[in-house]
Amino acid sequence: MRTFDYARAETTGQAVSSADNSAFLAGGTNLLDLVKIDIMRPDTVVDINRLPLKTIERMPDGRLKIGALVSNTTLAHDPIVRSDYAVLSEALLSGASTQLRNKATTAGNLMQRVRCPYFRDGVSACNKRDPGSGCSAIGGFNRSVHAVLGTSDKCIASHPSDMCVAMAAIGAGIVVSGPEGERTIDFLDFHLLPGDSPEQEHALKPNELITHVILDAPIRGNRSHYLKLRDRASYQFALASSGVIVATSGGVVQDARIALGGVGTKPWRASRAEQSLRGKAPTQANFEEAARIAFEDAKAYKHNAFKIPLGQQAIVRSLTTVIA
Amino acid sequence: MADDRKTEASAEDENATVRTSRRNFLKFSASGAAAAAVASWIPGQIASAREAEPVTDDALPGQGERRIKLIVNGQEHTLNVPVNAVLLDVLRDRLNLTGTKKGCDLGQCGACTLLVNDVAINSCLSLAVQHEGEKITTLEGLARDGELHPVQQAFLEEDAYQCGYCTPGQIMSAVALLNDPNLPKDDASVREAMSGNICRCAAYKNILAAVQSARSRMGGLA
Ligand SMILES: Cc1cc2nc3c(=O)[nH]c(=O)nc-3n(C[C@H](O)[C@H](O)[C@H](O)COP(=O)(O)OP(=O)(O)OC[C@H]3O[C@@H](n4cnc5c(N)ncnc54)[C@H](O)[C@@H]3O)c2cc1C
Ligand code: FES
Ligand code: FES
Repeated sequence: MRTFDYARAETTGQAVSSADNSAFLAGGTNLLDLVKIDIMRPDTVVDINRLPLKTIERMPDGRLKIGALVSNTTLAHDPIVRSDYAVLSEALLSGASTQLRNKATTAGNLMQRVRCPYFRDGVSACNKRDPGSGCSAIGGFNRSVHAVLGTSDKCIASHPSDMCVAMAAIGAGIVVSGPEGERTIDFLDFHLLPGDSPEQEHALKPNELITHVILDAPIRGNRSHYLKLRDRASYQFALASSGVIVATSGGVVQDARIALGGVGTKPWRASRAEQSLRGKAPTQANFEEAARIAFEDAKAYKHNAFKIPLGQQAIVRSLTTVIA
Repeated sequence: MADDRKTEASAEDENATVRTSRRNFLKFSASGAAAAAVASWIPGQIASAREAEPVTDDALPGQGERRIKLIVNGQEHTLNVPVNAVLLDVLRDRLNLTGTKKGCDLGQCGACTLLVNDVAINSCLSLAVQHEGEKITTLEGLARDGELHPVQQAFLEEDAYQCGYCTPGQIMSAVALLNDPNLPKDDASVREAMSGNICRCAAYKNILAAVQSARSRMGGLA
């Protein structure tokens, strides 16, 4: 592995005043992976593991404040998350492996980079890794980790996170601290579409540190579910996944949230599909219509056209599961 | 037959260095005649590895290095390590604790699994400096007073390996899962919880049997 300087941050202030071209080290499961294969090349690695960002608290207004360093395992098994945000617990537990989830942190998961083999191989044209060089996936092999929603002619890599799909459905704010102070970024504005600049993946400014994720208060009477479809039963990134939250009363849908993974270039919130369900009866036909709407703007590539029907079926099945 | 194969394979794996007596013993046993003795010999050898001498670097750390205290299997070591040194490599190369294996080196196979503060992690994706002062447990730290850990004993009895390369990681994951109150006990949940440990020999059926038999052995604990 290439060499770098190592600094250990004891306070948030120290972390955000790091040198140029530094990278925060949380669990290390994505950073060290990418440094080993020479895709990320920080001059300084700033170890943030000693910062006091490891707690989960319910706020007086019902929201849930999650420290950036809470592990994916701890978050998945948290009693409040299990009862009020089942979709998040299920999404976390469907991701990676036990030992990786034990290391992986909330902020690291938000910031994880794409699994596109052309990004990772270090030699193919890739606009994310080497802006302006082209996208090898568009005319290349684009079956499993490439998107059908939110793609551009510069990049089609899908966003790999399961956790983020659940958070997109729940709604959240990402609290960040930087040289200029603290601010909160809406979850749906945090990850950026590739557009013309796929190398810009998120809304953080240089040296900004994620300190917390604050989940919206749970929707009253909600039921939720995360369904992940993949090439094998476990320990695999999603081909398509669907995180849904539904509240019904009097036989009609009061509120519905649908977010998708594996099919979008960012954690994908299907707002129009949600709209189509509000005030309607939770029937198979209405679910199918919502699924159709969710993929209205989808664009398939040579090997991943199957993700459109697969993603639609994921929506229908996850909605059917929560209503049953 | 099966025993011979295992002995040969583990000897081959150990061929790289021959410094410790355990290695020499395994090399010797590869001649075949000693195969039957392996089962009864290994526990003692493992226990002595746990009581390894502390390693202390007296010199000041060099450029790009940092002095750290690493607590492994209850033993405290004081080491100068390059800041980019990976925990797995420091254990194997500096402390001669070669029970923890390197497979993919990228977090994908689980061969390098060990416990930090009793939680299973991939040691190939950790810097050694990150774990200063934390309680690290490797395969070598499981046996007690010459007695195998119940999970090790169960792997032996259920024949839960062929080449044995993934086995240390499998055992460490199994130890962690059997002590985790959050995990359900059914076979499907065990398979899911162990899915981060890939076995190239596909000994999965016997690994599952070993985990469940260790669970009953550990009684109230699991
Ligand atoms: C084999 C394998 C399989 C996987 N499978 C899945 C899967 O199925 N589903 C899934 O969702 N994920 C999967 N993952 C990805 C895994 O979830 C991520 O690697 C993990 O969540 C990253 O968290 P971390 O704490 O280890 O991050 P790190 O590696 O420490 O950091 C990742 C990035 O985030 C930055 N960062 C960390 N903390 C902060 C902070 N507080 N503020 C600002 N920036 C920060 C780092 O600088 C770095 O750029 C898999 C990973 C591997 C290796
Ligand atoms: S060597 Fe660490 S997971 Fe493969
Ligand atoms: S026993 Fe050979 S890899 Fe598992």
